[in-house]
Amino acid sequence: MHNLKLASVVVGMSIAGSALAATEVEWWHAMGGANGEKVNEIAKGFNDSQDAYEVKPVYKGNYTETMTSAIAAFRAKQQPAIVQVFEVGTASMMAAKGAIYPVHQLMRESGQPFDESAYLSAVTGYYTSSEGKMLSMPFNSSTPVLYYNKDLFKKAGITQAPKTWQEVESSAKKLQASGVSCGFTTSWQSWVQLENFSARHNVPFATLENGFGGLKTELAFNGPLQVAHVKKMGEWQKSGVFSYSGRTNDGAAKFYSQECAMFTESSAGYAGIKRNAKFDFGVAELPYWEGKVKQPSNTIIGGASLWVLQGHTKEEYKGVASFLSYLSRASVQADWHQFSGYLPITHAAYDLTKGQGFYAANPGTETGVIQMTTGTPTANTKGLRLGNFVQIRGVIDEALESVWSGDVDAQTALDTAVKRGNALLRKFEKAND
Amino acid sequence: MTVTFPQKGLPWLLLLPQLLVTAIFFLWPAEQALEQAFYQEDAFGLSREFVGLENFIDLFTDPLYYQSMLTTLLFSFSVAIFGMSAALLLAVMADRVIRGKLAYQTLLIWPYAVAPALAGVLWWILFDPSMGPIALWLESAGVDWNHYLNGNQAMILVVIASTWKQISYNFLFFLAGLQAVPRSLIEAASIDGASPFKRFWTIVFPLLSPTTFFLLVVNLVYAFFETFGVIDATTKGGPGQSTTTLVYKVFEDGFIGLDLGGSAAQSVVLMGIVGLMTVIQFRFIERKVQYS
Repeated sequence: MHNLKLASVVVGMSIAGSALAATEVEWWHAMGGANGEKVNEIAKGFNDSQDAYEVKPVYKGNYTETMTSAIAAFRAKQQPAIVQVFEVGTASMMAAKGAIYPVHQLMRESGQPFDESAYLSAVTGYYTSSEGKMLSMPFNSSTPVLYYNKDLFKKAGITQAPKTWQEVESSAKKLQASGVSCGFTTSWQSWVQLENFSARHNVPFATLENGFGGLKTELAFNGPLQVAHVKKMGEWQKSGVFSYSGRTNDGAAKFYSQECAMFTESSAGYAGIKRNAKFDFGVAELPYWEGKVKQPSNTIIGGASLWVLQGHTKEEYKGVASFLSYLSRASVQADWHQFSGYLPITHAAYDLTKGQGFYAANPGTETGVIQMTTGTPTANTKGLRLGNFVQIRGVIDEALESVWSGDVDAQTALDTAVKRGNALLRKFEKAND
Repeated sequence: MTVTFPQKGLPWLLLLPQLLVTAIFFLWPAEQALEQAFYQEDAFGLSREFVGLENFIDLFTDPLYYQSMLTTLLFSFSVAIFGMSAALLLAVMADRVIRGKLAYQTLLIWPYAVAPALAGVLWWILFDPSMGPIALWLESAGVDWNHYLNGNQAMILVVIASTWKQISYNFLFFLAGLQAVPRSLIEAASIDGASPFKRFWTIVFPLLSPTTFFLLVVNLVYAFFETFGVIDATTKGGPGQSTTTLVYKVFEDGFIGLDLGGSAAQSVVLMGIVGLMTVIQFRFIERKVQYS
């Protein structure tokens, strides 16, 4: 009798246990540090909001490591349901038709309400199919802006933030005359000084609508405007108007130490700059060449989006869909945007942030959003969709470095990079056709 | 003398664990790489196409690949030579220390415990052009240090970062080698009036030659194959391609670029190079080594 009671208790407990066991959804991401903690907080917020599903965020290292491990896991049939992939990996993900579960399709098949017009088209444009359907869910998007040291500007007698590259040059010379050793430095040179430079001036970075038109795309960043800009930057490197500081965002150190008075960097760099800059700084839009374009166009995004991978159960996908809906909520989005400095992905989140007075209290945080949403995106400003883009960026880095060091002239360097990059594009085309 | 086993099965059984380890961790991956080198495949493994020798043709028609080979040779020999000479110097000094010998030797061995990527980051900070103490010191001495732009300086940086770790390892072996040199020989030489320098070159160094040879092989293999962590943490192969060694290129193309076929073809070439290196070393260099 006693044993029977015990057995029924055990059975009862296991039934209750299985009823409580929420369906697990694994989410691999690349957000370290403070942003990583925020990701855990977002997942916890979702898990607490319902009890059918449990999202488990797993930090997998930097962007490349996260993408590589997800791909390796897919090959071993151990893939997570959601993986965060950086923007340069977009073409690779898109081409892997059997591996991804397009977000628009997932939402429809899981019966989640999903209105694509609620999202900022400048952000989602990067991740939509040629039919205008969202393939992945934008998560953290940013765009390059110009940070400038207001204290040094004041000392040099400059009253206004530079809007154009002409003004960057003249400001830098004034700054140098006042004792600053370097005018500006940049992070992510290919992204800022070529990809976004091309969008800003509405010239193509690659043919076939920057690759949106198909795998036959060819690189086109050796046009006269880009060559002139790179040539100028090569001259600036010699005169100290510009100072090169590496391929990623190592330039931040030079801006913090006030060695360089200006810094072109991601809008998401705001939090770091605010924490580390022991001076008053301002945020301006990414400069453009006056006379080369009437009205500067919108810039394109960097950052990452969330891709859903094939090979999971229907129940899990329901959980994924409901989590993606939760992520898109204005309150969740606005909180993430304000905390991290990444752009808001929905109109509602943008309006909410504005209504809360966040931009007024934190001047400069809105610059990226305004710059992103200027005008209607054209074929040259919608984004980039290039296979093997990670390697192509490496090729571009090498070409630019050879110009900065004075070894090769701008035209030759960019021509070579285009040629080498095209070979990589053809390779991608062959592997994915 | 030959040992004979009563049954034929037993020797194989005894060899089995080692054979299994070799097969699973060396032969199988090598075979996979060899196979992969003849295919072009998308990253997810959804489609695969046999392309014959195309991956190899791409490689050998790329002038940058030859450039990378030269870079690798320069890098590897620099690491081996600097690492070994510094270690030998330290070992000779440490061998003479009487007081605090153990502490001194332990401290010299420590860096070997540092992971390659960490060693890279450490030197990267020391040499950072805008805040690194060494870079600032160089600047005050009139050297314009900027390894982000200057390929030669970048090479010096990765050589230092890779050598530093290896010095400890070399030191350990040289020290053991020195301690094995019979004292009587050295004492006899000093009675004959040989200077310390002469004693070293005519007695100690030749007796160290097996150790030196062994270390040369180990150091070259280390520089060829185990340094991509250091390079990734310091220069990422740049500026330009001035520090892109063959192994870093395999890592870059395979793991970052997800070009599995091309990366596998490079691995096959590397396997060939290692084979060649080993043959050369044992055929030509080992003959000059005195084992006793």
